[in-house]
Amino acid sequence: MNSIAGRHWLSALVLLCLVALGLGQAWAQDAGASEAASSDQGPALLSALAESSFRDKEAAIDAIAESGDERARRWLESFAEGKLARVKDSGAIVVVLENRGRNWPVADALTLEPAGEISRRELDRVSINNSLRGYLDSTLALIDLRVDDPAQRLAAARDLLGEVEAEAVDSLSELAAAESDPEVAATLEQAIAIARVEQGDVAAVEALSGSLNGQARAALMQASRSDDVALAEAAQAALAESEQALKLNRAAETLYFGLSLGSVLVLAAIGLAITFGVMGVINMAHGELIMLGAYTTWAMQQLLPGQPGLALLLAIPAGFLVAALVGVAIERGVIQFLKGRPLETLLATFGVSLILQQLVRTLISPLNRTVVTPEWMSGSLVINEALSLTLNRLYVLGFAILVFAALMLVMRRTRLGLEVRAVTQNRAMARSMGIRATRVDILTFALGSGVAGLAGVALSQLTNVGPNLGQNYIIDSFMVVVFGGVGNLWGTLVAGLSLGVINQVLEPWAGAVLAKILVLVFIILFIQKRPRGLFPQKGRAAEG
Amino acid sequence: MPTASISSTQVCAHRSKALSRKVLASLAVSTLSLAIAAPALAQEDPIKVGILHSLSGTMAISESTLKDTMLMLIEQQNEAGGLLGRELEPVVVDPASNWPLFAEKARELLAQEEVDVIFGNWTSVSRKSVLPVVEELNGLLFYPVQYEGEESSENVFYTGAAPNQQAIPAVDYLMNEVGVERWVLAGTDYVYPRTTNKILEAYLKSQGVADEDIMVNYTPFGHSDWQNIVSEIKQFGGAGKKTAVVSTINGDANVPFYRELANQGVEASDIPVVAFSVGEQELSGLDTAPLVGHLAAWNYFMSVDEDVNYDFIDAWYDYTGDDNAVTNDPMEAHYIGFNMWAEAVRKAETTDVDAVKEAIIGVSVPNLTGGYATMMPNHHITKPVLIGEIQDNGQFSVVWQTPSTVAGDAWSDYLEGSRDLISDWRAPLECGNYNVVQGSCGGGSDVASSE
Repeated sequence: MNSIAGRHWLSALVLLCLVALGLGQAWAQDAGASEAASSDQGPALLSALAESSFRDKEAAIDAIAESGDERARRWLESFAEGKLARVKDSGAIVVVLENRGRNWPVADALTLEPAGEISRRELDRVSINNSLRGYLDSTLALIDLRVDDPAQRLAAARDLLGEVEAEAVDSLSELAAAESDPEVAATLEQAIAIARVEQGDVAAVEALSGSLNGQARAALMQASRSDDVALAEAAQAALAESEQALKLNRAAETLYFGLSLGSVLVLAAIGLAITFGVMGVINMAHGELIMLGAYTTWAMQQLLPGQPGLALLLAIPAGFLVAALVGVAIERGVIQFLKGRPLETLLATFGVSLILQQLVRTLISPLNRTVVTPEWMSGSLVINEALSLTLNRLYVLGFAILVFAALMLVMRRTRLGLEVRAVTQNRAMARSMGIRATRVDILTFALGSGVAGLAGVALSQLTNVGPNLGQNYIIDSFMVVVFGGVGNLWGTLVAGLSLGVINQVLEPWAGAVLAKILVLVFIILFIQKRPRGLFPQKGRAAEG
Repeated sequence: MPTASISSTQVCAHRSKALSRKVLASLAVSTLSLAIAAPALAQEDPIKVGILHSLSGTMAISESTLKDTMLMLIEQQNEAGGLLGRELEPVVVDPASNWPLFAEKARELLAQEEVDVIFGNWTSVSRKSVLPVVEELNGLLFYPVQYEGEESSENVFYTGAAPNQQAIPAVDYLMNEVGVERWVLAGTDYVYPRTTNKILEAYLKSQGVADEDIMVNYTPFGHSDWQNIVSEIKQFGGAGKKTAVVSTINGDANVPFYRELANQGVEASDIPVVAFSVGEQELSGLDTAPLVGHLAAWNYFMSVDEDVNYDFIDAWYDYTGDDNAVTNDPMEAHYIGFNMWAEAVRKAETTDVDAVKEAIIGVSVPNLTGGYATMMPNHHITKPVLIGEIQDNGQFSVVWQTPSTVAGDAWSDYLEGSRDLISDWRAPLECGNYNVVQGSCGGGSDVASSE
């Protein structure tokens, strides 16, 4: 490991940054003057970076960071992204702008001006690895602590958590004391305390007591295994302090995981709750309707390059329409001829599902398609240091609830809903009252299929968009509908969410494979006891 | 049977494409042969090359590109004058990701089509299904995917990595270069991850890793909800020791796994994930910016900076007509396997299975990473082991590689029961599981005592 050399350089850098901060304006002028006096040192700095081995690159990084060159940040960032390369013939260093295909557009690293395209065969990439990337991050963070923007300073201080080396502690303390923003100061204090605990400072343990921060807890755990009895005991006490809060957070996290898995189940099953639950049609191609919704999202993103967010929003109506149209085609082409023959319907729709899968494989590709997650759906919503909710799943959870509410409205408050309920309860009676049952069949099937398409749009943000997408959800969907009680939308909602939570509660101690089996066994036993599910249909409707 | 009809038209399309190319090629050659009076290609029967890869079903995602790779290699060989003055003819069948169907299709290839060699299979279970057929009908099978080892068949040539050519060097890298002390072994629940993890666990313990520093986790095929597991990994890694995840998670399930890692903020600099089943193709369905720095261990990466590799990639771009197409490790394995077989046929001057089997041992051909691959007596090949870090363009950048090539070991040295076994298909031993302690041959291709 090269961490000893690394520590040395990092501390030197911290000192340098602090000196720079102290001298302020004078330093900048000085740097400017020295740069003007000498000729451009860029080529030498960059060649040193390109030519040295992984072990020596830290020194080359420091040389660039200390040079005071205004392009230094850009160089280090390009290096961190792995975009620096050396032209084999001339030895010139370039920044690669786009690294796909045969020829890559590049910019000259010294002037940062575009310099045309170069064949990838002519380029030697300046390689980087994880430990260098970590080193670069803290180097850049130390530079960022000097900027005016408090948000950027805060981000830099967070990057330093657990990354502060022993020699840098004193100088960082001064910086923390001078810090105007209380949040940045507190974060820096914590970073310093972590570094002190890592060195075995018992006094610093107090500052971390009860902290939920992962880095702080890691430092305390390390200290609790120490040979120094006083330190170990203090660390254990500090860890115990946060134990209760941590347990609560974990429970909240598991609940969230469960609800989120449940919302996926509800979304996948709710369309089926209409076609299977309300109409009584066993549609094995339901999964493929979900898949078509996901592919519509992909297609929208292809049509609107560079605007994944807008494409995703437009994919919601588009996915609904595409799946609804295909649903109508299936209903008209296959299902209407097999009315009241569930076994034949099952086989025929299973065939349709295979055809749809292979159609996608042949027409589009057997490979998975990339669906971009928009910026506002990536990352997580931080509740506290131990609990953060992943945003993409939070959106899907919200979306599932919206879809459910909309569907309830349609079924309860619109004429279509009324007619659907009438036809499913007593077809002959409904027809004699002047309801066109065939039209209702088509519309109901379109509605159920369209909702499956909506599920596909949401799932494209969570899982693979490929020809097999639907297969993974068809079994789960039927399970949820049967468990919830056929013909009852509320049952589907409750069943989906509770199965999700049960699964996630079981998973940590039973493992993913066994948890799934246990859930299935539970459903089998439950259906034995209550064959009509959680919320059975009551009254005359139940007989139909 | 909609599946079958569609795939057979696909095959027909490929055949007619190949046919028109063949006509062109034979035209060109026959004009040439007029000039230099060499025997024309089309006079003799073509050499038949069977391609046994799923073109439909779950495995189509991985296997269909291998079929195209083989078609490209055969086309190139024909353009270069065929083999032994004979044309090569691909015979493509579709086993549809259905393991028993693999055996049927292998029988069809060997008994009806009478192919001279088969290139095929991806999953271990499909290989196990084909194995008895290939042995019964004395065929040749080149298997291009990394696998769990513990097998050696007289009729199968393993051009993918054995565990000692992928898993063990990767763990060594993490232990010695990154300083990892705590290990999560995460895998899909089937034979390859289970055997690999068993080997890795034994290896880690032999290196002094304590029981509580190893966490083993299995998930079902196509698992898509990784929230709990990623959260557990985070918790496991938050104990103040450097932690890494060794992932044998199979193809498709990786995308949601990596997404969840990124969303829960697990960065490669904190907890690196090293994967044995994630290549360029799996990453092509994914935005890799949040994954930069996670690792994979293979014997080939598309980003390898060698002219022979660029030539191969350019040919692949031309063949697919797509400048964003990717190449991967199993494609390189087919490249090596095909060239080895061609070389052995040239050496033996016949396509006769027994002659080729004998001639191929010791054959060396260039690989795509600037070195050579040699066929060893145990039907495995020598390969360099490369560790790459994921880049934001879906490629890997090589951060470490073994100083020389590593010979594949059919029987792991870290498992009870397989430790004493060696495989050597040369005369006089001609045995796939010779026990050096007892001095006897176990017979068959598998070994019951490996459990």
